[in-house]
Amino acid sequence: MAKKTYIKAITDALDIVLDEDPKTLIFGEDVGKNGGVFRTTQGLQEKYGEDRVFDTPLAESGILGMATGLGVTGWRPIPEIQFMGFSFEAVDQIVGQQARMRFRFDGKQTAPVTIRTPYGGGTHTAEMHADNLENYFTGTPGLRVVMPSNPYDAKGLLISSVENNDPVLFMENLKLYRSMKDDIPDGKYTVPLDKANVSREGTDITIVAYGAEVNEALKVADKLAEEKISVEVIDLRTVSPIDTETIFKSLEKTHKVVIVQEAQKMAGVGAQVASAISEKAIMSLDAPIGRVAAPNSVYPFAQSEDIWIPGEEEIEEKVREILNY
Amino acid sequence: MANKPIVDFETIKKDLSNNPKPIQVLNENAEIVDQKVFDSFSDDDLVEFMKKMVWERALHEQTMNFSRQGRMGFYAPTEGEEASEMGTVLAMKKQDYLLPAYRDIPQLIQHGATVTEAYLWSRGHVVGNKYDARAMMPQIIIGAAYNEAAGVALGLKKNGEDAIAFTYTGDGGTSQGDSYEGMNFAGAFQAPALFIVQNNGFAISTPRKKQTAAPTLAQKAVAAGIPSVQVDGMDILACYKVAQAAREYITAGNGPVMIETLTYRYGAHSSAGDDPKRYRTEEETKPWFDKDPLIRLRKVLEDKGLWSDEDEEKLVDEYKSSFKDAIKEADAVEPDTVPAMLKRTFEVPTPEIKEEIAKFEEKESK
Repeated sequence: MAKKTYIKAITDALDIVLDEDPKTLIFGEDVGKNGGVFRTTQGLQEKYGEDRVFDTPLAESGILGMATGLGVTGWRPIPEIQFMGFSFEAVDQIVGQQARMRFRFDGKQTAPVTIRTPYGGGTHTAEMHADNLENYFTGTPGLRVVMPSNPYDAKGLLISSVENNDPVLFMENLKLYRSMKDDIPDGKYTVPLDKANVSREGTDITIVAYGAEVNEALKVADKLAEEKISVEVIDLRTVSPIDTETIFKSLEKTHKVVIVQEAQKMAGVGAQVASAISEKAIMSLDAPIGRVAAPNSVYPFAQSEDIWIPGEEEIEEKVREILNY
Repeated sequence: MANKPIVDFETIKKDLSNNPKPIQVLNENAEIVDQKVFDSFSDDDLVEFMKKMVWERALHEQTMNFSRQGRMGFYAPTEGEEASEMGTVLAMKKQDYLLPAYRDIPQLIQHGATVTEAYLWSRGHVVGNKYDARAMMPQIIIGAAYNEAAGVALGLKKNGEDAIAFTYTGDGGTSQGDSYEGMNFAGAFQAPALFIVQNNGFAISTPRKKQTAAPTLAQKAVAAGIPSVQVDGMDILACYKVAQAAREYITAGNGPVMIETLTYRYGAHSSAGDDPKRYRTEEETKPWFDKDPLIRLRKVLEDKGLWSDEDEEKLVDEYKSSFKDAIKEADAVEPDTVPAMLKRTFEVPTPEIKEEIAKFEEKESK
């Protein structure tokens, strides 16, 4: 056990999968000598050599096309897309190629690719660096989308992602990279790719969140506990698939729900959760479904992020509204 | 003193058109233009090349027949491109990995897929993709195969295999950013990939000259540091020799190569039946029909007493009857099912998919 940042937890996971499986390869822009622009791959090229950890030309579609090709020749690629906004250049390789590979060949050829990429607001980056883009990818059959909210999960989910034989889009939260530390085991452990986590148990209301918003929800739960309001917080961990069973079980107990996401509200993960509840658990509820999401504008330029990204305040307000319904 | 510009762009531009003539062994009048290369082929070789082209044309004709009868799905006609397709693919070894585009079904069959599988692919049945060959499914997204070829080639290199990646696109395909990215990645990693551009004159209806200001498509490899060459794509001897030389050069560890074959699509873009008369005149097409790859090799073989019309007719009948058997085999394959589709979406089905499988299985059992 040692206190480690979210970023170090990821480096740990990469170190373990490189060590355990000689077929794993890490590549992308600046991941080699430089150790990635966030130092996520720091020291890995030195330890495993340039054949296993290497820099590529600057072209996202090329990087992911290379991953597809390496995958069908027996390798287990872990490409990095430097910022998730750049993944638009490579949507065909993710959605059009890798996610369809198993289906096309009935499993004869697959795409055991784990695409790592940072996303998320609040660090005042340049445009196209911070958007929550999960909503573009969760509607893709054949692709898993993973969004860890803390260092422990980041390590365990990343190891599971690499070991999974289907493509996984592994989204790393930029703001949490260095701002969050956890006690995490030194060795190997895994976190399943289809199980939500009850981060905090409660009886009065359920907050369903993922990514950085889980931590905002936990803050709200702490605060309301002082007023003897008991909030249950569910961390989705993976947004494709979504573990609805854990949510439904919680609603049988709390009968109230607020769904929180950092992304814009339109057609996304929160809407999917709300739809699942409406379809299968509506009778558990005694109040309308509450939603907290970003406004449906284009993602703001850096200076305006703070007034745009939903946080503790918006969540608390919505939770009180639903509680008082 | 007159103001002389610091740089003479016009001269630089003109230099772009100073390119070697496309490689040719047998010209359109069936004259041998490279005796030394011609002499390297045995009589058996020449007959074999002819048979392959006759096979491809018969495949085209019979498949288009099936298509008119409504027995095929999407299929891209190949008439006119026999030398380019068969010549290059015959240089492939079994261990090589093929990344075809949708007009490269004949090469996929040569590389190990059965005609039945090819027909099932055309119809849109998953069994058509389970061939015993190292190959991707024919790529629909133009350019994507070039990117993937760089990865396949790097994977083969890392495996220490004596194998290379063969990939095809067309003239339109060279306009895609992915084509450049793929070549550039292969070049940067010195990965063993052979990029083949079958320049058949048209991307659906858009002529080659509207795709790019580049005087040749072969030039597009130059910027990626990849040696490239133009070859007469109606001359199977040249196509084979150049592809074979490229494979040798690549397997010796010299990195990728690009070949542009100058060929022509005689018919429509696809079996969906677009009409080429809308975008090209008979005046334009006629000279290409005269360059037909079968005509020129047939003449050489006839002069040598190695080929006759009767031989050819017999072969065509044989081939066509095998295609008729193949489509019957395709007819006999059980249709796909929704549970099967759900089951092959993920290795480990998601909870939602599990539920759907159960639902559709119940529906089917009723």
